[in-house]
Amino acid sequence: MTGKPAANEVFKLPAPLFDARCRACWFAAAVLLLTVGSFWTLDLQWMQFLSWSALAKMGRFLGELLQPDLSAPFLGKLMWATLETLAMSALGTLLAMALGLALALPASKAFVGDPAHWRGATRLLLNALRSVPELVWATLLLIAAGLGPFAGTLALALHTSGVLGRLFAEAIENAPAGPGFALRVRAISETRIFLYATLPQILPQLVSYTLYRWENNIRAAAVLGVVGAGGLGQMLAYHLGLFQMAQTSSVLMAMLLLVALVDALSFACRRVMAR
Amino acid sequence: MPPHKLLTAAAQTTAPSHRDPAWSRRLSWSLAALVLLWPMLVLTEFKPWLLVDPASLNPTLHFLGDFLPPRFDLPFLALVARETWRTVAMATAGLVLALLLAGPMALLSVRALSVSALSGRMALGPAALRQAVRWTLVLLRSVPELIWALVFVRVVGLGPTAGVLAIALTYGGMLGKVYAEILDSGETHATNTLLRNGSGRLQAFLYGLLPQNGAELTSYTVYRWECAIRSSAVLGFVGAGGLGQQMDASMKMFSGSEVATMLLVFMALVWLADRISAWLRRGLG
Repeated sequence: MTGKPAANEVFKLPAPLFDARCRACWFAAAVLLLTVGSFWTLDLQWMQFLSWSALAKMGRFLGELLQPDLSAPFLGKLMWATLETLAMSALGTLLAMALGLALALPASKAFVGDPAHWRGATRLLLNALRSVPELVWATLLLIAAGLGPFAGTLALALHTSGVLGRLFAEAIENAPAGPGFALRVRAISETRIFLYATLPQILPQLVSYTLYRWENNIRAAAVLGVVGAGGLGQMLAYHLGLFQMAQTSSVLMAMLLLVALVDALSFACRRVMAR
Repeated sequence: MPPHKLLTAAAQTTAPSHRDPAWSRRLSWSLAALVLLWPMLVLTEFKPWLLVDPASLNPTLHFLGDFLPPRFDLPFLALVARETWRTVAMATAGLVLALLLAGPMALLSVRALSVSALSGRMALGPAALRQAVRWTLVLLRSVPELIWALVFVRVVGLGPTAGVLAIALTYGGMLGKVYAEILDSGETHATNTLLRNGSGRLQAFLYGLLPQNGAELTSYTVYRWECAIRSSAVLGFVGAGGLGQQMDASMKMFSGSEVATMLLVFMALVWLADRISAWLRRGLG
């Protein structure tokens, strides 16, 4: 509309507080509703939590946690469990890299005319693998693989292969098509095209995704043992279950140390590589 | 000798070698990998043949066979629906408490809101305070929520309270740290101008930093809410209630059909949360 500006300068008035088209208002209302509903329906026992007995219990618990068991044989066991955690995460990630790559191939549309019959089905499988957390995989696998780090390793491998498979499939689809096309017009088999054209192009990406997931998996492997799947977590659940607070405290400290170390290392690596 | 014979002789002497020029490197790297792999296989008790051992294969097959058909009768579905809501509610309540923790901590540790830093270096006291707050946030964040939940369950007993508190502490640390990073990494010109002209720190935050970074902060919070839903389902496994606890109970009774239903519901929940959060974040731009 052209012409004179409105006499009362409507456009300078502040927007009304609520407007049916205001998406932020609806968002805020939904958040408020969800929050109130959550606190309303959960039978949260703050009174019990903040009661004197609970606070005293918590205080005693913290006091006991300040006296870690630092005897040499226990530290040796702790060291072993830490190594086990690291090995679980590394092997799980390695297996996941292999399985993820194997699933990423049918899950990607490698070139324009690629029929990719299995794309939908494989993507569904990858999503299923990915959406079940490691800990749930571990409890499911305990039946098949028994208690111990083997179940944890497989659980990490299954969840991570879902994550990596999807990322790998996207990397394959986004790789520059030129080299592959040059080989394809010479009727070279798909396997060799993948090995000599696609793989060298996406390898740096694959490695960086895998290293990133390894970092996550070290953290996950530390707690995975809580359900009995080996590593530091299993030791924690064991000693906490027996109320051996000194040992529990040492295990907790080892866990924190491991996580902090991994964080610091990855931070340093990122800084060095970004330079 | 005729010239064409000379040519072929020359070609023969310079014929490309069929041996891989990098064979020694490849061999040594493979050997090194094997040497590294072996202790890992031993440490993780990697025995795949155990999977096909009849002693473990039979219960597994029995359990898996029970998956089909999943249990879909009405009372059980009602139970699953209630537990699913509890999982979502635990994540939401935990995240709200985490926000209450993260907001003030982030405000305390943001560099852009320092008055003394306006004129050169930040004074010693404020710098020390900011560093201390940051260390606290890192400490809160680096204890996994599962560990917090284990400890709280031990102290107050089973139930969602432990789960909510566990999520609140870990996510409080995560949110606080990232909020401070987001606020510090943005453009701080408006905030500095406000501070220089005598506005209070809270005013500078509300009128300078918040409008600039609001979308990014909300987007990150929504993403964390999605993560919290996933982890609140897992927290049930240590006794914090919700879908995880029900799944744990069914698993202990080897009831494959119940586990199958709950896995399907869980996947649907994760998918739904993922969609909602992606949609919201796209809306935020």
